[in-house]
Amino acid sequence: MKFIYQTWWKVLAVVLIFYTLIAGFLFHVPTLPILHETIRNLYFHVPMWFAMLAVFVISVFFSIRYLNSGREEDDLAAVECVNTGMVFYLLGLVTGMIWAKYTWGEFWSGDPKQNSAAIAFLLYCAYLVLRNSIDEEQKRAKIAAIYNIFAFPIMIVLLFILPRMTDSLHPGNGGNPAFGKFDLDSHMRIVFYPATLGWCLFALWIATIRYRIRLIENKRNNIN
Amino acid sequence: MELFNQTWNLFKKEILLEWRSKYAFNGVLLYVVSTVFVCYISFNLTPGFTGSTGYPVVWNVLFWVIMLFASVNAIAKSFIQESKSRLLYYYSIASPQAIILSKTIYNILLMSLLSILALLVYLLFFTNTIGDPLFYFLSVLLGSISFSTVFTMISAIASKAGNNGTLMAILSFPVIIPVILVLIRLSKSAMDGLERSLNYGNIGVLCAINVIVIATSLLLFPYLWRD
Repeated sequence: MKFIYQTWWKVLAVVLIFYTLIAGFLFHVPTLPILHETIRNLYFHVPMWFAMLAVFVISVFFSIRYLNSGREEDDLAAVECVNTGMVFYLLGLVTGMIWAKYTWGEFWSGDPKQNSAAIAFLLYCAYLVLRNSIDEEQKRAKIAAIYNIFAFPIMIVLLFILPRMTDSLHPGNGGNPAFGKFDLDSHMRIVFYPATLGWCLFALWIATIRYRIRLIENKRNNIN
Repeated sequence: MELFNQTWNLFKKEILLEWRSKYAFNGVLLYVVSTVFVCYISFNLTPGFTGSTGYPVVWNVLFWVIMLFASVNAIAKSFIQESKSRLLYYYSIASPQAIILSKTIYNILLMSLLSILALLVYLLFFTNTIGDPLFYFLSVLLGSISFSTVFTMISAIASKAGNNGTLMAILSFPVIIPVILVLIRLSKSAMDGLERSLNYGNIGVLCAINVIVIATSLLLFPYLWRD
């Protein structure tokens, strides 16, 4: 766990995000009908989902580790990763909705991708409700870990598999092209990949700070 | 082989217990019939409903909504009805995988029987022409299997977390929504009598979801039962 106390990757996250902010608005993008400049949303909307996915994957990792080890720290790491993931989830949804207003015409048009995202949100809200419904710490940690591992593959099916099988309007789904098809000269890639990495690291940073706060709280509440 | 024997014996025990009381089966059957009847009376308040253009859509969706709630009620009991000491006894004689597998298989059997009967009762009250009856029947069977696998695991989690019905609903609905979306699409095209090969993708998704759910239940239940 030395990694979370190091500084270099936090600096990297900040640098990458500032690079995204500047390059994302100034660099050349392909000119396409309907999309026009909204294609730049790719640099802000998609990295939110990748950041969410990154912290959720880490959360599942810690849930599995909790079931094997029974250490309370692993449970705290898992729940704080989910909490952070929920924030990025909402940001991803909101950026997507603003984009949809200008390209699809409505904030919420009942697209399969949007509906799936809403259901996945309920799935993780249920996780938080389940946690709060149990008082005993160890039992809560165990059952929450089990539900977290159970919910993760279903979230993947909802967000990344089901919309691909239907007539979703979302780019990359339902036979629609994703950005890779138009980005022939790789102008967008040099912004998109750093943006994804930057936001993932940023999400991880928030999660580690929350985790460390929880550790301190735990220490203060301990009866010695 | 050990696992198979234990699962088989526990499964026989489940059936025997159910056969003695016939509580779950009759209870849920009555639940389904009452719900269908309530829907029948309520919808018939509007004259000309059966002839309206939206009728086939409502017919299909209503059936799945009734089945959804019936199966939540039927399967929520599967862990709650066991007393703590009896569960302790099972755990001392059988492996946790055998327990969850036997419960799942028993629930699949129960739900398949129930959904077939429910479909017959439903067809009696709400007349409708089904284009491809065999395929519709298959989708109902697939539906009851999917409901059973998902709800068995969720009811195991909910029973550990204080047994309340709210929790069961909150936990299970997000998980079951993708299943029910695929099921409604599948059964609607079976009802319209569309080409069967169009639906192999949907059946594939349902089977994949079931495999994922059973695999995760088998992996996670051993951690869940230990107190």
